[in-house]
Amino acid sequence: MSSALLIVQTLNGLQLGILLFLIAAGLTLVFGVMDFINLAHGVQYMIGAYLIAMFSAWTGSFWAGLALTLPVALAVGLLLEVTIFRRLYGRSHLDQVLATFGLILFLNQLVKTIWGAAPLSVPMPDVLSGSVRLMDGLLYPVYRIALIGLGLTTALLLYVLINKTRVGMLVRAGASNAPMVSALGVDIGRLFMIVFGFGAMLAGFAGAMVAPILSVEPGMGDNLLILTFVVIVIGGIGSIRGAFIAALLVGLIDTLGRAFGPHLLRLMLDAASANQAGRSLAPMLIYILMAAVLFFRPSGLFPVKR
Amino acid sequence: MKRYMLALATVSALALSAVGAHAQDKLKIGLIVTLSGPSAVLGGQVRDGFNLAVKTLGGKLGGVETEVVVADDELKPDVAVTKVKGLLERDQVNFVVGPVFSNVLQAIHKPVTDSSAFLISPNAGTSNFAGKQCNPNFFVTSYQNDQVHEVLGKYAQDKGFKKVFLMAPNYQAGKDSLAGFKRHFKGEVLDEVYTPLGQLDFSAELAKIAAAKPDAFFTFMPGGMGVNLVKQYRQAGLANIPFLSAFTTDESTLPAQKDDAVGFLGGANWAPNTDNPQNKAFVAAYEAAYGAVPGTYAMQAYDAALLIDSAIKATGGKVGDKDAVRAALKKANFTSLRGAFKFGNNNYPIQDFVLVKVAKRADGKFQTEVVETVFKDYVDVYAKECPLN
Repeated sequence: MSSALLIVQTLNGLQLGILLFLIAAGLTLVFGVMDFINLAHGVQYMIGAYLIAMFSAWTGSFWAGLALTLPVALAVGLLLEVTIFRRLYGRSHLDQVLATFGLILFLNQLVKTIWGAAPLSVPMPDVLSGSVRLMDGLLYPVYRIALIGLGLTTALLLYVLINKTRVGMLVRAGASNAPMVSALGVDIGRLFMIVFGFGAMLAGFAGAMVAPILSVEPGMGDNLLILTFVVIVIGGIGSIRGAFIAALLVGLIDTLGRAFGPHLLRLMLDAASANQAGRSLAPMLIYILMAAVLFFRPSGLFPVKR
Repeated sequence: MKRYMLALATVSALALSAVGAHAQDKLKIGLIVTLSGPSAVLGGQVRDGFNLAVKTLGGKLGGVETEVVVADDELKPDVAVTKVKGLLERDQVNFVVGPVFSNVLQAIHKPVTDSSAFLISPNAGTSNFAGKQCNPNFFVTSYQNDQVHEVLGKYAQDKGFKKVFLMAPNYQAGKDSLAGFKRHFKGEVLDEVYTPLGQLDFSAELAKIAAAKPDAFFTFMPGGMGVNLVKQYRQAGLANIPFLSAFTTDESTLPAQKDDAVGFLGGANWAPNTDNPQNKAFVAAYEAAYGAVPGTYAMQAYDAALLIDSAIKATGGKVGDKDAVRAALKKANFTSLRGAFKFGNNNYPIQDFVLVKVAKRADGKFQTEVVETVFKDYVDVYAKECPLN
């Protein structure tokens, strides 16, 4: 165990955190502003990945593919909002969970019908296909570093958008008290639609960005969705800043726990049982964190003021 | 009016003849495989391979008109049992062919072997049914699950690798896989990493592998996990460490792994380039019909159809004579796509196992290719516990 390994694993953790943030940002806005539980958010991430697989194959370029993916992901989000989600805002959370869960099943199947069940892959863009040697014997793809940079840029842009612009102000106001914003003459329906479409596009963007390093397959968003909910619960529902901090926290704890947990336990236990315990404990760490946060700060680390 | 009467008579005559055919000389086969979820590709290969065989034989197995009823087990044992009962009771099938996954096999084994039908597994071959719980009405055209992992362990041992790094998903099949590898590998195991099932990003584990500097890396990462791992392994520049795997780089995942998997090693009982005339014809026909390179799943399903064909032929089309069919099945008197094939006392195959390597073909598609034979006429280790003979 060397300092180089620690740096590499920290980068890995950051990268997972950034990915979680891109998905969680949209989810926390939709949940916070509209009080709407959208289980189908992970599916929008999957759609982003499939879209870029299709478009980059068509155009032969990752960037052209990305340029086509974003508006289409936005359009898909808006279409879902207009046709389905709009009818669910006034319903109970249970209805929303049921309906959006149904949507997961439907869209997963649809994706399989269109693109087939076999996993697809997306080639890395040439510009970013290099790698740097961070430690002996291990190359770190430049693409992954770029992913971290891109995620941080997106976070910054979101911060400016939410805190410095008029739309952002309305979104923040909506998160605190939607009926009041509506009473002040803001078309809350349109605001919801914008937030929803934007959230869907962010999820699609995340899906498109990870497509070159992960396989594109039906149901790929389902596992991530659970982690994303953990993130927004830890961060405080409706808070972008909370989602950012919590996503990085979850990413780092999960990765470092998996990488170094057994080593740390070895200080106290013998090798075999340390391995065994580390293996069982590592996947639990983030849930333990969530339980602790819920115990000490039930509304998350950065609750939205109501 | 006369015309109506005629039509009516024709229809009833047709209906009668259909009933007659059903009762006497029609062979019904229920195919139960996974056709939904991320693993649907595997079930699709089994279905296509089986149907191709039936089509090639002119819609008849053993000279008897054959109907194939396909059911999707959804990779859920409880669903599989319901569907299998439907096949047995409603469709009255003579054979059930399936499943792909071992946990489904555990669930459907008893309902089928207790019925009047035979169960032929084109993929799953668990240890319990190879050993003490072997059954005269259950035949396997694939392998005993451990054997594929053993191929890599044996290869690593023969090749003189001193230190290996092992990784598998944290569930029963993952643990069995690493145990299978270690059965013949006697060198040092630097680390055994178990990842959560469904993990997508392996960067933390890859850094560990780089730090451990093993002579070889062995893994079992089926489906999308394997696609991710292979891609990331290559991107991390670890490809100079030999990549040995089971069910990780096969024809179901290669269309997504592409160049990243080229040169990676696996174990199998066959490869698309296995050199015999019947296999060449099969691969060409499969690719023409379905536009994809067949994997072992398709091959084993094709062989399952040939097996049934040989048994029905031997009994002279007496589908209902269960003892005669059983005896004929056991003889395995057909030309397998993989070459030599016979059943052991436990109705699992005795066959050769080869080391395979991923290669890019001239037409740009990817397939596994035979490198060398690792085991000759290999009998699984559980066969001696089976009371059948």
